[in-house]
Amino acid sequence: MSADFYYTIEVIINGLMTGVLYSLVALGFVLIFKASGVFNYAQGVMALFAALTLVGLQNGQIPFAPLINSIFGTNLSTFGWTLPTVVAIVLALGVMVLFAYLVERYILRYLVGQDPVILFMATIGLAYFMEGFGDLMWGADIKKLDVGLPQGGNVWLESATEGWAEGFYGFYIDNLDIWATFIAVVLVIGLMVFSQYTKTGRALRAVADDNQAAMSVGISLRAIWVIVWSLAGFVALVAGTMWGAKSGVQFSLSLIALKALPVLMLGGFTSIPGAIVGGMIIGVGEKLFEYSIGPMIGGATENWFAYVLALLFLVFRPQGLFGEKIIERV
Amino acid sequence: MFYREAGDFKTSYAADSQTFPIRLDRYGYYTTLAIAFLFVPLVISDYWANALLLPFLIWAIASLGLNILSGYCGQISLGTGGFMAVGAYSSYKLMTAFPDLNLFIVILLSGVITAAVGVLFGLPSLRIKGFYLAVATLAAQFFLVWLFNKVPWFYNYSASGQISVPTRSVFGYEVTGAEANSEAKYLFILVIVVLLAYIARNLTRGRIGRSWMAIRDMDIAAEIIGVNPLLTKLTAFAISSFYIGIAGALFFSVYLGAVEVGEAFGIQKSFLVQFMIIIGGLGSIFGSFIGAAFMVMMPVLLKNIMVGQLGWATDIAAHFELVIIGGLIILFLILEPHGLAQLWRLTKEKLRLWPFPH
Repeated sequence: MSADFYYTIEVIINGLMTGVLYSLVALGFVLIFKASGVFNYAQGVMALFAALTLVGLQNGQIPFAPLINSIFGTNLSTFGWTLPTVVAIVLALGVMVLFAYLVERYILRYLVGQDPVILFMATIGLAYFMEGFGDLMWGADIKKLDVGLPQGGNVWLESATEGWAEGFYGFYIDNLDIWATFIAVVLVIGLMVFSQYTKTGRALRAVADDNQAAMSVGISLRAIWVIVWSLAGFVALVAGTMWGAKSGVQFSLSLIALKALPVLMLGGFTSIPGAIVGGMIIGVGEKLFEYSIGPMIGGATENWFAYVLALLFLVFRPQGLFGEKIIERV
Repeated sequence: MFYREAGDFKTSYAADSQTFPIRLDRYGYYTTLAIAFLFVPLVISDYWANALLLPFLIWAIASLGLNILSGYCGQISLGTGGFMAVGAYSSYKLMTAFPDLNLFIVILLSGVITAAVGVLFGLPSLRIKGFYLAVATLAAQFFLVWLFNKVPWFYNYSASGQISVPTRSVFGYEVTGAEANSEAKYLFILVIVVLLAYIARNLTRGRIGRSWMAIRDMDIAAEIIGVNPLLTKLTAFAISSFYIGIAGALFFSVYLGAVEVGEAFGIQKSFLVQFMIIIGGLGSIFGSFIGAAFMVMMPVLLKNIMVGQLGWATDIAAHFELVIIGGLIILFLILEPHGLAQLWRLTKEKLRLWPFPH
């Protein structure tokens, strides 16, 4: 086995780890799409907003401080205390639940039964709104997020695999990625258990299956929507925390939402396993493509590879790998 | 009393099928044209031209293009920014490769090239629709921007990776380049806008436009009554991209002068044009114009109020702008999904009866 072979494997492993994070965002999409047929473009911004809120709460920032300063000429910035991570996470989760309620109360309620495209546009509007709102609330500077997870390369793995081949210095895999994978797996198992074995979970699946039938047996569609958006908010919080811990909390976080779109096209819009497998394929695919073909054509292929892959996929299998055959063919 | 078709007798076929059948509409149109061509160039200043008029006209072309695709033919596209980049880079390559080519022809050819690219990326629309298609067009957006960033041939191997426009003149007046004055730029764009709007208006009333709308409203039914979906969708993509390409070419050559592709034609621009047609009104030529005017004017106005009057920091103002744009989009979708054009239509209905509503 040559060093090249091992390096390729390292690329694949790192691709899988990135793919897990894509999957996390895609998961939020699938949850909302299944329950309400809304294609939630704002999922990425929700992740950004959740991460911003988490950091803000941790550091005891005063919300809207720059705005208040501008209006009243004061000079506020922080409350002067910091919160323990766990408390901050719980509070951030509370904020996301409140957000879910507000979205249902002030947007979805009025758009019931509209064309899916109109709803999609509404979520783009929501994304803009939240992006501005989050920046106003917590400031737009790049923030460091530390939730106490280990960072940096995994020394143990690196030293254990060193010397497997001539000129190979061991696998370099970020600890954070390993943790992210672990957390994602726990999250997915948790969601599966929740939707299979709890009453609310069953209601969620009923709504996803046929919302009129679900309504007729007494399931409140609105309550379900709030729950689903809260769940998506929770997933966004986890995804935002992971990405934020990895590369800082900043605007580019919301762009991963766009990356989740091809993931969904690959995996199918209605399938949770699809979101995960799709994320893996995209993650590995774009890393491998960048590693093998990227240098020949100028690099930075990660920007578009996923989309083009999804585009090709769409032509041959429009419902995705695991999706139901509900997509309208022309 | 004044705005009605009663008493406005048509005595020839030509008069019956003219672009604006109602007299007051026609007069309004001529007055607008007269003001735009004769009065505005006299009072135009660099600030007004650069802050409002030029962007308004250029974005109006882009939203006309997107409106043809989304509003009339019902195909969602988020690749507008990418197609504008195609227009911009084709005009750059044409201008540098053929220095003697008339600017009008350059702009026209850029549109044609963009149309070809648009058809290429429109091919998936033959199999998928709705927001699946929207995601497919995102591929165009990201791929095209990447392409213009990475392939040096497109920017003539310049060191900065930017493209900057050479000086070109039309009828002896410089239109592009740093020395060109606002009047020339304004009139040049205005001529193109009027032509394109006229063509769009008549296309959408004619056979092509009706087949677009048939496909939009119910594709299967349209196919059964003999509308060819393949041809219809691809013409929509071609003509829409033609418009968007021209907008991109003008945006680069006349308005900005120098362009860095990721910044000038990023995904944000695709959304901007999308917002214009939502706020202005899907499936309306007039709506494309008011949508563009609204989205161009609002940031300027907000900035003037928040930074100029209240003295806030510019970044706070920028964030506020996002909040307001997002809020407005949602508000429009909830209250008036057909946009400002629909409000105007309702006003006209009221006007027909005014001042005797019973």
